[in-house]
Amino acid sequence: MTQSVLSRPEVADSPPPATAARGRRRRGQGVAYLFLSPWIIGAALLTIGPMAASLYLSFTDYDLFSSPNWIGAENYVTMFTGDERFWHAAWVTTKYVFISVPLKLGLALAVALLLNRQRTGVGLYRSAFYAPSLLGASVSVALAWRALFSTDGTVDRVLASVGVDTGGWVDQPQYALLTLVALAAWQFGAPMVIFLAGLKQVPRELYEAAAIDGAGPARRFLSVTLPMLSPVILFNLVLETIHAFQAFTGAFVVSSGRGGPSDSTLLYPLYLYQRGFTDFRMGYASAMAWVLLAVVAILTALVFRSARRWVFYAGENR
Amino acid sequence: MSTLTSSASSASSEKSALPKKLVWHVLVLGVLLVLLYPVIWLISTSFKPATEVISTLALLPREPTGNNYAEVFDGVGEFGVLHYFWNSLMISAGAVVGNVVSCSLAAYAFGRLHFRGRGPMFGFMMITIMLPQHVVLIPQYVIFQQMDMVNTFWPLILPKFLATDAFFIFLMVQFIRTLPRELDEAATLDGCGPVGVFRHVILPLLRPALITTAIFTFIWTWNDFFSQLIYLNDPEKFTLPLALQLFIDQATQSAFGPMFAMSVLALLPIGLFFLAFQRFLVDGVATSGIKG
Repeated sequence: MTQSVLSRPEVADSPPPATAARGRRRRGQGVAYLFLSPWIIGAALLTIGPMAASLYLSFTDYDLFSSPNWIGAENYVTMFTGDERFWHAAWVTTKYVFISVPLKLGLALAVALLLNRQRTGVGLYRSAFYAPSLLGASVSVALAWRALFSTDGTVDRVLASVGVDTGGWVDQPQYALLTLVALAAWQFGAPMVIFLAGLKQVPRELYEAAAIDGAGPARRFLSVTLPMLSPVILFNLVLETIHAFQAFTGAFVVSSGRGGPSDSTLLYPLYLYQRGFTDFRMGYASAMAWVLLAVVAILTALVFRSARRWVFYAGENR
Repeated sequence: MSTLTSSASSASSEKSALPKKLVWHVLVLGVLLVLLYPVIWLISTSFKPATEVISTLALLPREPTGNNYAEVFDGVGEFGVLHYFWNSLMISAGAVVGNVVSCSLAAYAFGRLHFRGRGPMFGFMMITIMLPQHVVLIPQYVIFQQMDMVNTFWPLILPKFLATDAFFIFLMVQFIRTLPRELDEAATLDGCGPVGVFRHVILPLLRPALITTAIFTFIWTWNDFFSQLIYLNDPEKFTLPLALQLFIDQATQSAFGPMFAMSVLALLPIGLFFLAFQRFLVDGVATSGIKG
């Protein structure tokens, strides 16, 4: 596994040797499809088929119990013009994504820089910082979070003891989302590990050359580290953004599945779940899923587009 | 690895660097302590008697008790914690087998074999890595409902045998590409067909990637909440995350003890996996960008 995260997978590597007999190659093709058959079946029955079906259902009033009736774009029209909770969920999710992702990546980069040196114990520290990324997705940790941020919970009491009396965060609309942001940021270990791997690839000579030119630590960070790390930043940014749009467990546990208080933790996937699996408005939920896909796809495309301006690939002349 | 060679270059500057190193260690450990506080607190609270949970902020229990654990072994809802533990284990084990088998087969085809449509298929597979599961969620649910599989473990295991976790295919394809082709060619000269090459050459060498896949599949399935919430409604089929969720509505501080005892039990396998395989896990993330 020496290949870096960013190396583009080359599909068409070496062409088959010219000496290969045609018959053997054809037989090889059959075997290839045999190896691929689980994936092909899965792709057809669990991905392509369902995608087409959910696109169709999004134009129906499907409710799981009676057969779907075509209602045109009504779900989409209702969503955009007549459903306040939809807009609310979209707004809550936007806040969540735009606060938690930069915070998480900022922490990841800061700690990666802190750990990026050759010292005893670095390997152990790296693992310890990574641990929350494995634990954070669980219901267990979400329950702990709910307790820590409740009224008279640890966070409330510690803040009160220094004179900041916010009360319990999970019970108050203006703070509840922040508990989810904190839970997301807490899991900065995974992007941190990726940043660390990226930092290791920065050639030392660049720092030495910059130092000779009289660049201080801040200058070296801005002119050497950040540009050299920009492909990794892009990778983490895209991955974490897509991930953040789909956050569910924390919001469900902290708000008992309701998205409260006052819908302040009603993340988009949670609202989609409520519509589909508690109201059984499956057509509507399908439409919501396609809107989510569209938003994520557009945002990802925009990030990649902007990347042309700020991502620097070594060996490229600028 | 690299830590062993640290600062061997200049023994003379070792002394002056010591306070700086010390400051660094203190700083890192301080940040770690804050970071891991919630986990430490969770474990400690699980050993606190009910009265202490409410009355004190002290991290360590004054009179540690195992009662909370006894209570959850006795029963949470209708079943003891071991029942839910077993259900979680069955699903996770099934998912691990499914992913390891189906993804390695697909990865070998994508990584080594030549066939028509490979480029487009590979591209499609890469796109599915990024695809939010919500766009396939409802039709998948309908399919499993039609097959009478809701409230069974099948909807959680079967897709893994059909290589739907495309990320692991990608991981293994990347790995297979680093293996020297000469080995394949030698095996082919010895009379191996594609199946033989896969069995005798690729599969043994692929072991590190298979282990990474197995560990991450286990942890993700074990932690998974959304799919289990959707497909399992019968308390008899509940997994640990679903049973934990039973505590949510009675999450007053007096119920904290048993709730956190069960939380700790639910995190235990992940903790053990982490301790046993931490290098594997962290290196897996570093080299492949697994989202973790």
